[in-house]
Amino acid sequence: MPRDSLITSENDIDIGLEFAGDEDEVSSFQEEHERERHRAKRRDGDREKKKRRKGRRRRASRAGEREDELQARHEKREAGRRKRAKNYQESEGRERDEEEQAQIKTGKTAKTKKNIKNEKTRKVEQEEGEAEERNAKGKKKHGSAKKEEKDEDGGKCAAKEKTQEVKKKKHKRVVETSSEQETSEEDVNEEEDSEEKELRPESLSPEELEKLKEAVDERKKLIQGLRGKPWSMKKKLVTLRESQEFVEKYEGALGKGKGRKLYAYKVMMAKKWMKFQRDFENFKTACIPWEMKIKEIESHFGSSVASYFIFLRWMYGINMILFGLTFGLVMVPEALMGRPYGSIPRKTVPRAEEASAMDFAVLWDFGGYAQYSVLFYGYYNNQRAIGWLKFRMPLSYFLVGVGTVAYSYMVVIRTMARNANESGVGDDNSFNFSWKTFTSWDYLIGNPETADNKFASITTSFKEAILEEQESRKDDNIHLTRFLRVLANFLVLCCLAGSGYLIYFVVRRSQKFALDGLDTHTWWERNEVNMVMSLLGMFCPMLFDVISALENYHPRVALQWQLGRIFALFLGNLYTFIIALMDEINLKREEEKIVKFNITTWEASLYNSTVSENSTGPPITIQPADVPRGPCWETMVGQEFVRLIISDTMTTYITLLIGDFLRAVLVRFLNYCWCWDLEAGFPSYSEFDVSGNVLGLIFNQGMIWMGAFYAPCLPALNVLRLHVSMYLQCWAVMCCNVPQERVFKASGSNNFYMAMLLVILFLSTLPAIYTIVTIPPSFDCGPFSGKKRMFDVIQETLESDFPAWFSKVFSSASNPGLVLPFILLMVLAIYYLQSTSKSYKEANVELKKKLQTQNEENKKKNKRAALKAQMDLEEARKAASQTAEQQKNNNASLQDQEADEEENHSSSQRLYHGKNRRNPPAPVREQGLPATRAPVPRNYHHGNHGAPGYLPGFPRQSEPRMHRVPSLQRH
Amino acid sequence: MGNKQTIFTAQQLFDRYRDLAPQLVPLDYTNHPDVKLPYELIGSMPELKDNPFRQRIAEVFSEDGEGNMTLDDFLDMFSVLSEMAPRDLKASYAFKIYDFNNDDFICKSDLEKTLNRLTRNELTEDEVRMVCEKVIDEADLDNDGRLSLEDFQHMIVRAPDFLSTFHIRI
Repeated sequence: MPRDSLITSENDIDIGLEFAGDEDEVSSFQEEHERERHRAKRRDGDREKKKRRKGRRRRASRAGEREDELQARHEKREAGRRKRAKNYQESEGRERDEEEQAQIKTGKTAKTKKNIKNEKTRKVEQEEGEAEERNAKGKKKHGSAKKEEKDEDGGKCAAKEKTQEVKKKKHKRVVETSSEQETSEEDVNEEEDSEEKELRPESLSPEELEKLKEAVDERKKLIQGLRGKPWSMKKKLVTLRESQEFVEKYEGALGKGKGRKLYAYKVMMAKKWMKFQRDFENFKTACIPWEMKIKEIESHFGSSVASYFIFLRWMYGINMILFGLTFGLVMVPEALMGRPYGSIPRKTVPRAEEASAMDFAVLWDFGGYAQYSVLFYGYYNNQRAIGWLKFRMPLSYFLVGVGTVAYSYMVVIRTMARNANESGVGDDNSFNFSWKTFTSWDYLIGNPETADNKFASITTSFKEAILEEQESRKDDNIHLTRFLRVLANFLVLCCLAGSGYLIYFVVRRSQKFALDGLDTHTWWERNEVNMVMSLLGMFCPMLFDVISALENYHPRVALQWQLGRIFALFLGNLYTFIIALMDEINLKREEEKIVKFNITTWEASLYNSTVSENSTGPPITIQPADVPRGPCWETMVGQEFVRLIISDTMTTYITLLIGDFLRAVLVRFLNYCWCWDLEAGFPSYSEFDVSGNVLGLIFNQGMIWMGAFYAPCLPALNVLRLHVSMYLQCWAVMCCNVPQERVFKASGSNNFYMAMLLVILFLSTLPAIYTIVTIPPSFDCGPFSGKKRMFDVIQETLESDFPAWFSKVFSSASNPGLVLPFILLMVLAIYYLQSTSKSYKEANVELKKKLQTQNEENKKKNKRAALKAQMDLEEARKAASQTAEQQKNNNASLQDQEADEEENHSSSQRLYHGKNRRNPPAPVREQGLPATRAPVPRNYHHGNHGAPGYLPGFPRQSEPRMHRVPSLQRH
Repeated sequence: MGNKQTIFTAQQLFDRYRDLAPQLVPLDYTNHPDVKLPYELIGSMPELKDNPFRQRIAEVFSEDGEGNMTLDDFLDMFSVLSEMAPRDLKASYAFKIYDFNNDDFICKSDLEKTLNRLTRNELTEDEVRMVCEKVIDEADLDNDGRLSLEDFQHMIVRAPDFLSTFHIRI
């Protein structure tokens, strides 16, 4: 059916729109539109076609005459008619039928085949009257010498085709997707193109085939590029249909015999493949999480706020993968195949803690049962292979730790490179004002408030730019500004140092508390470290904001300073925390030594006692909970990080609820009974702080990277956190925030954030790697217990799991003699690449400069040309005014001697002679002047109508001519 | 092809079009009725109503140049303003939108109008004049005192934000 085929053809390409869902309806009404247009067009084209038809018919008759097929052809035609009648209204159908008939004669294999198919599938239904009428019409139209044979059977060509078609039908039908009606439309429009190709494919010579192929390729290209054409939808649709028809019809004609079959098959597969790809893309799009949410936010708040959520989603993706790694390769295997809980001391809650191990307060601190579970490093056993799979647990643990970091590096760097590519295009500032004018409006904005803000921000940005432009880089009081800036930086440094010390102090204090035992202290004392860190992270940025008011920077510069300071603060806090943690690790290791010693004595005493009591009996089994154990610093580190993440998350959420939601509620509802306007005045609604939120996210991620090795549950926790904060923040933004006034551009800042992320990644992997490499693992917990260093697991695997030669090769490859040159080589390569990229950059800058000078040059040249033209114009004008004066004089005299016209003529001629001799017209002017037939100047003309008294070849300076001169400048 | 987001489907668009004036637009388009929505309705769509250039947008995309849109015009508009439309296409339509007097050039008066709409007449005349001069100075390559389509395209393809901001979503 035509409709179906239309839809499939619609699917092959979309004209700017994505027909994702209900294509049928849309395409159907588009089709209707188009059809109507075609009808009109066809009516116009009818006349033309009649002329052409003659020639075509002659060709057709030449091609072959077979009378025996008449009957079949007739039937077929009727079937086509019936179908058409079904599809369209009667009157339209008739009109189309005429077309159809004409088309049949042109001999289109495709169409006839289609008809046959229809005939077979459709139930027969006679409409003789209409057929008769049509035949009559056709006869009238044809009216040529070959009338007899033609009119009876309606054209030999079709008959011939029919036979052909019987042969080819089986395989050709596969490619046939076009509808009858469309072919007819196409017929009208493509007449010129297809005239030659309407011969049967078999009869085409190789050149013709080649030509045909070219034409088809051209059409294909047209279809591909159609979306980029600035045409109206109608024109696009028409062109698309035409081209598709053309391609579909003639694609099959390429190739011969078996080749054609193959070709047809290939074409079909290509189409199917394209459709599949389209569907798949749509499916993929539908799978992008939170897309609609983000779009909604984008349309309310503009692209910069949306960029935060896109960043958040990106983070979520990364964490998902990290979580997949740790969960799939570490936690699940250990939980399923490792020894069960309670089997060995490290997997059991110690006797002393058993009573409180299930308390919520303890669990909330990730102590008790949470501590002795797969969530933390200490739970894992150092058994080399576990379960029936012989899963290498310690090795897997180590590799996942390394892989997490490596993957993160890869993703961040790749994203940075991509961003750099994108932003590399528009980093020059040569179109500052133009861009401000033409691209500053965000068409996505669909919210009056945002629009207001946008208007304001655009106005300020214009004013700033104008000021910058006008300002000749002089400051009113440079000393004061400098002093203030130094002061501000000093204050900020004080803040940073103070916060660093505070954290250090608090961590040390908490260690003391920890030594005393947690139960004796209040909740605050137990959670002091995390709370202090979160509070510092909350209030210091505000302080910085106040301080930065001193500095009087440009807002964008100020924002970057602010970001830099917050970054430094977070980093400082994090590192103080880590340093304090290191202290704690050292303490624990001291403790461990003592415990180790104690354990040996304890074991000895135990052994002695058992030996002394019953020397022959089996050794008593000691409950694993009773076995004394070391402090296991790794688990402690993991716990610290997990607690940090939890408290950080809680602070973020609570700030969100109180700072944003509660504030919004208060402002909204107290406004009715307050003495000043709360919404516009002091508290107002909170803005969504993109940069602060991004920074928070980045640091959170940094902590994850740092702690993930010691607490495999961290990525899972983070995924949870990001998931919740996605919804919570989306909701908070939509319901209680107002858009920022100061907009940090989304596109420009992406790499800034990415760079921060990279720095954080580097800085957070440093301590993790340091601890892994330098500190020996605890003796009685974790997958690496009993080894000197954690990375010994690699060596162990090499020795025991790989053939001997491999480990030999590896060990010889790892000796300094080979490693050092290799490192040297790498350094050299980096140096080389860096220098080449530098030189490229320089060349780029050079080229840019050249381009700019070229531009300037061009401008100057143009200006000169314009100036010259201007001067010429002036000159011409002067000349004209002179002439006019003369003419006026002339006119005055003319009025005196009105009777004597002949004399007047001669005098005017003389005058022109004289004038032209005095100042010959500039060559520029000459070009624009008509040689002789210019209108007569009004002043002069007024007296003597129709008196051709000018000599040819003497250009006259008249008003209309003067106006032509400026037009020269344009070219 | 659709390797970016599928933002709106044609069906959605039709629904949107119809929702603007259910009494005017028939559900059944098989008889291709000649329906036009007046500019007042188009301009009051939430996607457009805050846009300072909404009238220009409607005028540019409507066939009659007055902002009254047929369904085809409507589809056309959202096709160009969709995220997937190519940059050149967007640029050429942006040019038309900013060309207020339809003379195929952006001249100073067009720029003034653009600026006044962008800033809601907050800039003084001097400032507006200065910005106009700067814009012409920056972008006018052939130095005829106004921006042709080529000038405009040359300028706009380098703009970092053009693609991210010149689209509308339903």
